[in-house]
Amino acid sequence: LANIVLRHRTQSRTAAAWRASRRSQKRLGHLLLHVVLIAFGVLMLLPFAWLVSTSLKEQGTELVVPPVWIPNPIVWQNYPKALSQLPFIIPAPGTGWHSLLNNTLFITGATLLGALTTASMAAYAFSRLRFRWRSALFAVCLSTLMLPNVVTLIPQFILFKDLGWINTFAPLIVPSFFGGGAFNIFLIRQFFMTIPYELEEASRIDGASSLRIWWSIMLPLSKPALGTVAIFGIIFHWNDFLGPLIYLNSQQYYTLALGLQSFQGAYGGDFNLMMAASTVMIIPIMVLFFFAQRFFMQGIALTGMGGR
Amino acid sequence: MTLPRREARDALLFLAPWIIGFVVFTAGPMIASIVLIFTNWEIITPPTFAGLANLRHLIHDPLFFIALGNTLFYVVFYVPLYLLLALLIALAMNVRLRGINFYRVLYYLPSQTPVIASAILWIWIYNPDYGLANVVLQFFHLPPQQWIFDPNLSKPSLIVMGLWGAGGGMVIFLAGLQGIPESLHEAAAIDGAAMVRRFFSITLPMLSPVIFFQLIIGIVGTFTAGFTQVYVMTSGGPSNSTLLYVLYIYQNGFQFFHMGYASTLAWVLALIIMAITAVQFRVAQSWVHYEGDLK
Repeated sequence: LANIVLRHRTQSRTAAAWRASRRSQKRLGHLLLHVVLIAFGVLMLLPFAWLVSTSLKEQGTELVVPPVWIPNPIVWQNYPKALSQLPFIIPAPGTGWHSLLNNTLFITGATLLGALTTASMAAYAFSRLRFRWRSALFAVCLSTLMLPNVVTLIPQFILFKDLGWINTFAPLIVPSFFGGGAFNIFLIRQFFMTIPYELEEASRIDGASSLRIWWSIMLPLSKPALGTVAIFGIIFHWNDFLGPLIYLNSQQYYTLALGLQSFQGAYGGDFNLMMAASTVMIIPIMVLFFFAQRFFMQGIALTGMGGR
Repeated sequence: MTLPRREARDALLFLAPWIIGFVVFTAGPMIASIVLIFTNWEIITPPTFAGLANLRHLIHDPLFFIALGNTLFYVVFYVPLYLLLALLIALAMNVRLRGINFYRVLYYLPSQTPVIASAILWIWIYNPDYGLANVVLQFFHLPPQQWIFDPNLSKPSLIVMGLWGAGGGMVIFLAGLQGIPESLHEAAAIDGAAMVRRFFSITLPMLSPVIFFQLIIGIVGTFTAGFTQVYVMTSGGPSNSTLLYVLYIYQNGFQFFHMGYASTLAWVLALIIMAITAVQFRVAQSWVHYEGDLK
């Protein structure tokens, strides 16, 4: 018995020591992790610092070796100067409302309207309505996610050309009114699946139509999912380059991405102006991210993928 | 009307936009592009039947092989590095650390930078005379490089630039890591499993579906990615070292207006991607672990 008691004692003592050493080990580990994370974090931020620093430098002072990180003098004037070289925000005379920003916002707004309605309609059918071909059609829908979109690039261009839609916004907008993208359908469907069926059952018994249930029960309850679709859509259209490049050829219809590229072609040597224009393009997305973080995370949680 | 029939009718109505869109904008164009493979079409002249001319041209086209090689290089090095880096960051972000939310945002932000803006920024970073990249090298007393202007370094330079956005993959891994029950780790720790052992015996198998998913999406995406970057930064140069496959399709279709040949190129790429995806699904059975799977 003494033996057992003794063994128990030494055991608990070593356990306490083990726990204490683990705690200090853990603290040391955390400290080390902080150091590593900050070091790499600085590396991650370095390009941004370089961007902003250059954007505020006087013409020519960005070409000083070694570089000066804090511009002297700070030239805020680079921003209005860069933005006035092209109709970034204010439309050029004689082009109506067509500034690069307005074009981008118009395309984004219209595609969101199309995608939110038609994708949520398809999602409703895939999650709530019973019909024979449901799983087969849903499989088709998902398989288009895996399809490399370059395959349809050429024939789609020919189709839109035959329709006389080149140099209009139609090729960029109209397809979103027809299903709104397989990814969005999938995302909204995943969310619809989490809404309890009982909520619509009562209305169903009262004789409400599917259209009514979709509109006045499902959509209001799905704001988080619809918000995620909207955020991903905004980022996609803010980024989209190939689509506008192929379909829009007069500068009046250019989007911000296309405008920034042509700006780079014309003023590529003026790094301070280029960086100012790029900063202006980045800031709204960063602001959006900070205010809508939960929608990003929601989308990832729902589908297991980022907005790509 | 009976209830099931009403539901079927409603389903058809609700799905109509998507079905029409699928037929008109996806399935139709796909079939059309198969037909295009066998035609010679320069847009301004009416299409003519070309037989196998496009395919014959393809196997004798050195640029096709260069573009394919460049793209394979990009996929082979970029995807694993991206996933590894994303996983490493996610593991660090999964620690209960003070200020962890700040770090998460910090590492995620670069991935959300608009592609066109980051392309322009990185042209400046890779500037051989005044760019940040050479400033960093100088800091470590390393000789300056030509980066995207050096045929040997241009692809690695693009890869480094892409890895700046690894935070995008990080959040997905992080979501996966947070789905692993803590009890598994605790039980293993009590049994005396060290951290490394726990990582390989618990974390990796539990995370394997997420890794697999990211691998599939990453490979499909990377084969067709990078257009904006190379179009804006290098136009495929120097000496075609960054002529990515998508850029080559674009050039053939929209600069030379060889619609038939561009479709041929697109289909060859699609078949390669589909083959690789199919192989991955086959291989996945041996390493992807699904909870609740009976083995």
